[in-house]
Amino acid sequence: MAKIEQKILITNKLGLHARPAALFVQTAAKFDSSIYIKKTGEAVNAKSIMNILSLGVEAGTTILLIAEGDDAERAIGELRKILEADE
Amino acid sequence: MSKKLKGVSASLGISIGKCLVLNREEFIVTKRKVSLDDIPKEILRFEDALINTRREILSLQKNIEEKLGTKHAQIFDAHLLVLEDRVLVEDVITRIKKEKVNVEYAFNQVIKKHIDTFMNMKDEYLRERVFDIKDVAKRVLSRLFKEEMPSLEGLKDKVIIVAHDLSPADTASLHHKNILGFVTDIGGPTSHTAIIARSSGIPAVVGVETATQAVSSGDTLIIDGYAGVVIVNPSEETKRDYLERQREEIKRKRYLAALKKVPSETKDKRKVSIAGNVEFPGEIGNVIEWGAEGIGLYRTEYMFLGRDNFPSEEEQYKTYFSSAKRVHPFPVIIRTLDLGGDKFLTRPDIPPDLHPFLGWRAIRFCLARPDIFKTQLRAILRASRLGNVKIMFPMISGVDEIKKAKEILEETKQELREKGELFDETIELGIMIEVPSAALTSDILAKEVNFFSIGTNDLIQYSLAVDRGNEKVAYLYEPLHPAVLKLINLVVKNAHKNDIWIGMCGEMASSPMFAFLLLGLGLDEFSVSFPMVPRIKRLIRAVDFSRAKEFARYALSLSSASEISKGLEKILKAELKNKFEEIVTAGL
Repeated sequence: MAKIEQKILITNKLGLHARPAALFVQTAAKFDSSIYIKKTGEAVNAKSIMNILSLGVEAGTTILLIAEGDDAERAIGELRKILEADE
Repeated sequence: MSKKLKGVSASLGISIGKCLVLNREEFIVTKRKVSLDDIPKEILRFEDALINTRREILSLQKNIEEKLGTKHAQIFDAHLLVLEDRVLVEDVITRIKKEKVNVEYAFNQVIKKHIDTFMNMKDEYLRERVFDIKDVAKRVLSRLFKEEMPSLEGLKDKVIIVAHDLSPADTASLHHKNILGFVTDIGGPTSHTAIIARSSGIPAVVGVETATQAVSSGDTLIIDGYAGVVIVNPSEETKRDYLERQREEIKRKRYLAALKKVPSETKDKRKVSIAGNVEFPGEIGNVIEWGAEGIGLYRTEYMFLGRDNFPSEEEQYKTYFSSAKRVHPFPVIIRTLDLGGDKFLTRPDIPPDLHPFLGWRAIRFCLARPDIFKTQLRAILRASRLGNVKIMFPMISGVDEIKKAKEILEETKQELREKGELFDETIELGIMIEVPSAALTSDILAKEVNFFSIGTNDLIQYSLAVDRGNEKVAYLYEPLHPAVLKLINLVVKNAHKNDIWIGMCGEMASSPMFAFLLLGLGLDEFSVSFPMVPRIKRLIRAVDFSRAKEFARYALSLSSASEISKGLEKILKAELKNKFEEIVTAGL
């Protein structure tokens, strides 16, 4: 089982709010891997809209994305695209 | 005891009947210990409630999508995500297992925790998500309590609905034939309830503040949608008066409906066109039903508001095309985005204007953001293939703006041609005349377009330098001010000299009294709010164009709004004789 950790700078102008957050959670839910996101402090489950919104991730912050499971690599790849999208 | 409650009129008409108060109080959740054996049963109840709530929301979403369009249906995406939140669900299940408590209590505790977190957030968007969470929580709890939400779908008797507020979900699930009227504590004339009520022709008074406290289910109510008043348990005498008014209203409606088939021309055969203004596609049915010969102003702003992205070409195209199809063979004038001013974008990357009415709005915004502008133009052009769509640019202040906008329009057409997309190659283009500089240079502007439409609300406020929203100066807002009349007169003259037609889509055209003067000034098209369509038609049919022209000439020689107003009343009384009340002031 693969465990991948990657630091990502959020360039999506809206941060992880609103629609990007919804898209992020929906995408994360597609994968079998456990996926976590860490800003400061504890890592939270990235498949929860409540968790993601509560983090309050603004554009320009760096987060740590962690995926653990057989499809971890694909998960990180797709989620990264959302976090780094222009809009 | 009879009581009178004051609110804001949201939809015209009179209704009398028993009321149903929708109680939306919080559920009282008590903590109960559950034996180890019963824990699986609690978890199963929770899962059932989630599945059923999900089904309920999906069906509501579908319902709203059909009635109000995709954008409104998206409200429920957030609801669904909350419902499907794995962490939330697991948190509840863990609590049931660990604390050996009933599911209602466990669920309520988890929801409370999240609500607290969101309430304390700095970001307004996030704080507002509390409402979504609360709504979902209520639905799940009501499932658990085996109590249906006081669903409006199952209503058997005709009632007046009284509520603190009605969510879009509530109003969408209504069976309109069972609803006599709406009364709500909060909301204004542009709230969801008001819009739905108006487009279904159901009387409504909103913003009554204390309605749900002052009224109990089963009380008899009178809704006076003209005065914005609700009378609770009226005396026999009051009831008789209103029943009489209601009968007259029905008679008048029948009479006005009969006008649908007759042409809008004066006694001496001057034909004008009477069209309707539309804010939401849901209103189109009414506009046509009331006898309008098309849509003189189709606003597109609603699609752009209350969201954090811009509507796609496809979404816009679908909306415009289905609207054009409904109006066909009559024309529909689609106005390009008129955001800014009193409206605003909620996107965080667009900073607010200090003087929104003089700032970055409407065509100025569109020319600066050709990406957004072109997307809309593509959608409008594609929707024009039935041949009944016209394009109108708002807030033009000079000829260079038209030239620039036309350039972008031509580019867009060329792109569509290259892609082999169909559109009306002869599509007409017009501009709003709402800035004094445009009115004063209308001789130049007329050479660039196929038609003008005067937007009086802004034209008046710009030329008299009056902010209508400011109570202290609102008295200066005078549609009959000689300056306004001179501007309108000039614009009409310049339009006709250049062989283009001229309409008006501001509120001024919706007044039967002003309509006489505007007719005399030479207006070709009146685009009015739809309940006014038959009334304006009636006025037009009751007067002579030659007399209206004479009066307009005379009015232009007068020196103040009050003189013009007095003169107008005098001549209309003389022209209409005993029908003056009925045609000009009745039911206003």
